[in-house]
Amino acid sequence: MQYWIIQTLNSLALGGLLFLLAAGFSLIFGLMRIANLMHGALYMLGAYVGISVLKYVPNLWLAALIGGLLVAAFGGLIERFILRALAGNSLGQVLVTLGISFIIADACLVVWGGDPIPVPAPVALQRPLVLYGVAFPTYRLVVLGIAIAAAIALHLLMDRTRLGAMIRAGVDDMQMARAVGIPVSRLFTIVFCLGAGLAGAGGIIGGPIMSAYPGLDADMLPLALIVVMLGGVGSLLGAFVGSFLIGAVYTFGTALLPDLAYVILFLPMIFVIAFRPRGLFGRQSV
Amino acid sequence: MKPAPWIVLAIALAGFPWLAGEYYVNLASQIFIAAIFAGSLNLLVGYGGLPSLGHASWVGLAAYASAWMSLKLGLGHWITAPIALLGTSLVACAFGWIALRATGLGFLMITLALSQVLWGTAYRWVSVTDGDNGLRGLTRPAPFGLTMDDATSFYYFALAVTVAAVWLMAMFVASPFGAALRGTRDQARRMSALGHDVGRIRWVTYVYSGFWGAVSGLLFVYYNKYIHPASLSITASAEGLLGVIAGGSGTLAGPLVGAAIIVLLKNYASAYIERWNMLMGFVFVFIVLFMPEGVVPGVRRLWLRLKAKWKPG
Repeated sequence: MQYWIIQTLNSLALGGLLFLLAAGFSLIFGLMRIANLMHGALYMLGAYVGISVLKYVPNLWLAALIGGLLVAAFGGLIERFILRALAGNSLGQVLVTLGISFIIADACLVVWGGDPIPVPAPVALQRPLVLYGVAFPTYRLVVLGIAIAAAIALHLLMDRTRLGAMIRAGVDDMQMARAVGIPVSRLFTIVFCLGAGLAGAGGIIGGPIMSAYPGLDADMLPLALIVVMLGGVGSLLGAFVGSFLIGAVYTFGTALLPDLAYVILFLPMIFVIAFRPRGLFGRQSV
Repeated sequence: MKPAPWIVLAIALAGFPWLAGEYYVNLASQIFIAAIFAGSLNLLVGYGGLPSLGHASWVGLAAYASAWMSLKLGLGHWITAPIALLGTSLVACAFGWIALRATGLGFLMITLALSQVLWGTAYRWVSVTDGDNGLRGLTRPAPFGLTMDDATSFYYFALAVTVAAVWLMAMFVASPFGAALRGTRDQARRMSALGHDVGRIRWVTYVYSGFWGAVSGLLFVYYNKYIHPASLSITASAEGLLGVIAGGSGTLAGPLVGAAIIVLLKNYASAYIERWNMLMGFVFVFIVLFMPEGVVPGVRRLWLRLKAKWKPG
């Protein structure tokens, strides 16, 4: 019983982290029509930067905020000065993000070394929460809560604000959005910063669960890809459902069939692509 | 083309092991392996307009299949090689069916995700792949009793396979089917309207390209006598793709030159600065930003311009 509760919470916490990662990836893909292949690297960069920030600011949430802002700024610079130079050449843009992801990964290796760096959970959250004689890992519950809060905030942003309406217009029909005077290229920068910042903050919030290690980027990027392809590009709801689905498949797959967990992980995506190429909630085909 | 340059090239390739030391002969073998890899990827990327980021799958699958059969089943190379090639091609049939539901970036993302399945499986399915240790203790084949354990004989073996591969890929591109493939790249809807089965043309190309990827995978595992999950990683696929675009996608010579550049860079970078991944990242950014057409078309353009300048009048 205890084991399955822990596994369920693990899967929900992983799903929450995946949402922080995949929401940005999905928005960037939906708006800019590019697959940001450095998204996993931004997640890892956030984790490492957060670890360094933690040395000066002994508060995980503040470190997540600062790390997220730094990664957002970094993403904004890349968008502004490199991706912008390749406007209209989406394959070129994707290849550049791939190249930058290699640079980031190797730079992290130089700066932070090759050994995994654990991130301690905040002291107040280290003791498990005991309810009805069952112990719940508190930090995972909090991560789940953060992800849900982020999902609600993003939903409100997209659904209730002028900025969100402009982004939705850009996702649905970019040329028409430009024609009616929406500053689409400024939206690109905003969405790219937002996505990068979410990924970076996710990296440090996920630190107490996953720690930071070389290769974290290559572990997370494919997860973001399958979440987005499963849920549908440009769809927040899709990213949300897809994240928790993949979080569950991954956690229980690893627990039940560790050898083939990776194969099981990709089955839902393959199914969806084969029978519904636009994903569960997507409006456009990948 | 005039025959003279070809004869010079043939003599240079045949005579290379007599002139160069063992280190360079081995380096040349690595270039041949990378050239088949990049050339096969170019069929998709350059001629089919289908950017794949999962081509390392075929190298890894063929290499693992051959290694596993010889280690765990004790089979000889004469039987493992065809089974590995056939098995890898069959997996390519299935992957192609899934990946070609999309084109463009969707195709790129699906090929990347599918190759990650194999990469993750190679790491985790320890009972079969030995995980992070990789499979070691492998041998090179010795066709007709000819040993290939020294650098020179392996060089000739790799050269022969590469010549055959490049020739067959060139035939493929030059054939009516190759023309139809380029048609689907440039004008998919018109090709469809003309009665061509665009999906099937792409699928056949995908499988054919996977087959030659598998051939380079066999050469790879024969050369290294070792296979590790890293051979299936995004990095490995990206190296191949970088070779294609650095040399010039959609040209026959481009990926071969690109592969040579990548292998040389990688060897020197690993030997002196140990920062190959970072260098590769910078090369990626540089090529895409400043030389998107690739080295071979770029040099050819310069050459034509020079020739025009030197012509009298």
